[in-house]
Amino acid sequence: MNSDWNKDRKIKFTVQDPCQLVRKTFGDPVAEDLRFVVRSVVGEENFIDMTPNRSNNYCCGGGGGFLQSGMPDARRYYGRLKDEQIKKTGAAYCITPCHNCHAQVHDLSEHYEGGYHTLHLWTLICLSLGILGPNEREYLGPDLKDVDVFHPESAM
Amino acid sequence: MAEAIKLGGKKQGIFKDKVMALLPEGGNLNLCLTCGMCSSGCPATGLEGMDPRKLLRMAALGMDEEILSSDWAWMCTMCQRCIYVCPMKIDIPQLVFNIRNQGKPREERPKGIVGSCDMALRSDTCSAMGATEEDFQFVVEDVLEEYQEAQPEFKDMQAPVNKEGAEFFLNQNSREPVTEPDEMVPLWKILHTVGADWTYGTKGWAAENYCMFMADNENWEHIVRTKAKAVDDLKCRVWLNTE
Ligand code: SF4
Ligand code: SF4
Repeated sequence: MNSDWNKDRKIKFTVQDPCQLVRKTFGDPVAEDLRFVVRSVVGEENFIDMTPNRSNNYCCGGGGGFLQSGMPDARRYYGRLKDEQIKKTGAAYCITPCHNCHAQVHDLSEHYEGGYHTLHLWTLICLSLGILGPNEREYLGPDLKDVDVFHPESAM
Repeated sequence: MAEAIKLGGKKQGIFKDKVMALLPEGGNLNLCLTCGMCSSGCPATGLEGMDPRKLLRMAALGMDEEILSSDWAWMCTMCQRCIYVCPMKIDIPQLVFNIRNQGKPREERPKGIVGSCDMALRSDTCSAMGATEEDFQFVVEDVLEEYQEAQPEFKDMQAPVNKEGAEFFLNQNSREPVTEPDEMVPLWKILHTVGADWTYGTKGWAAENYCMFMADNENWEHIVRTKAKAVDDLKCRVWLNTE
């Protein structure tokens, strides 16, 4: 696993610390592990942290059932802080290692027109290993859709 | 000498006391310094004219009706940032959880959460989207076969279902098998590449637990126990939940 694919592209990434994983369960050490993996796959200089972060991070607003509660206006108001944090990093991608975060951050980018994309960590790891096929790229932006495609002929 | 403010009525802060009786150290709910650290870093501050410090003050003043009828408890995500920064470690998220539990009757709680909880209770899969044991197994095997053929480097990759004695029992959010099955594959590839000994289970495979979000104590426990039993029945050592 390495970040060669991003050496010249210099695409910037940030990461959302899931409340459940970090603040509520394993604390800062797991946030460090997360950053170790992310830095390894995107390159040290292409990772930009949000502020605040780790155990002190803001919840994105996807947790606690908010996504299913039928209160989209309140949920997006809640998420405005997250959207502002992500925009401030200038990153093209926000990695979200939690399903609720993924759905919420994806929606925030559309709603507040941030233009950033939202990725599961597994997508990025496979991209860096050169084993990400054409049908596993749902959440990649146009800048990465065609990069190092594994078995491009299997596109559906 | 100044006189203490007298609050009207016979409100005695009954609800707060009930919650305190449930929590270790009473959740420290009586220790608030009113410093405002919680509210200043809470993304839900301002919604419904509420914030965590205000909620706690209202609880302390016995304004039970106002708290219990407010929708705000469904807008706080119980993210625990407030307790993390609170100098007195006051457990506002648990106060909120208990408001969800004892506030509105079931039929008035957010429909999406109630519906997802009810759906998960219908079968041992615990899937909030209602995917059955057969559906899940079919999708996993179908997708696996497709990838083994299309990407020959992964012809030996496995996505075991009900493999007894595997090291890891892996949960899966319903969203993938139901709406975007290709998204399961990168995770399988990573597990294959590192040589992990893992399995899914037809029972208890769904990662989500909306009964917990609904603060439905009996049912969220039922769901956790159903999943834990599935892990034990397959004699797996580690239960991995990707949620
Ligand atoms: S941070 Fe703690 S002590 Fe300060 S106002 Fe909030 S609950 Fe009270
Ligand atoms: S747990 Fe609730 S009150 Fe506390 S910071 Fe999070 S959203 Fe705000």
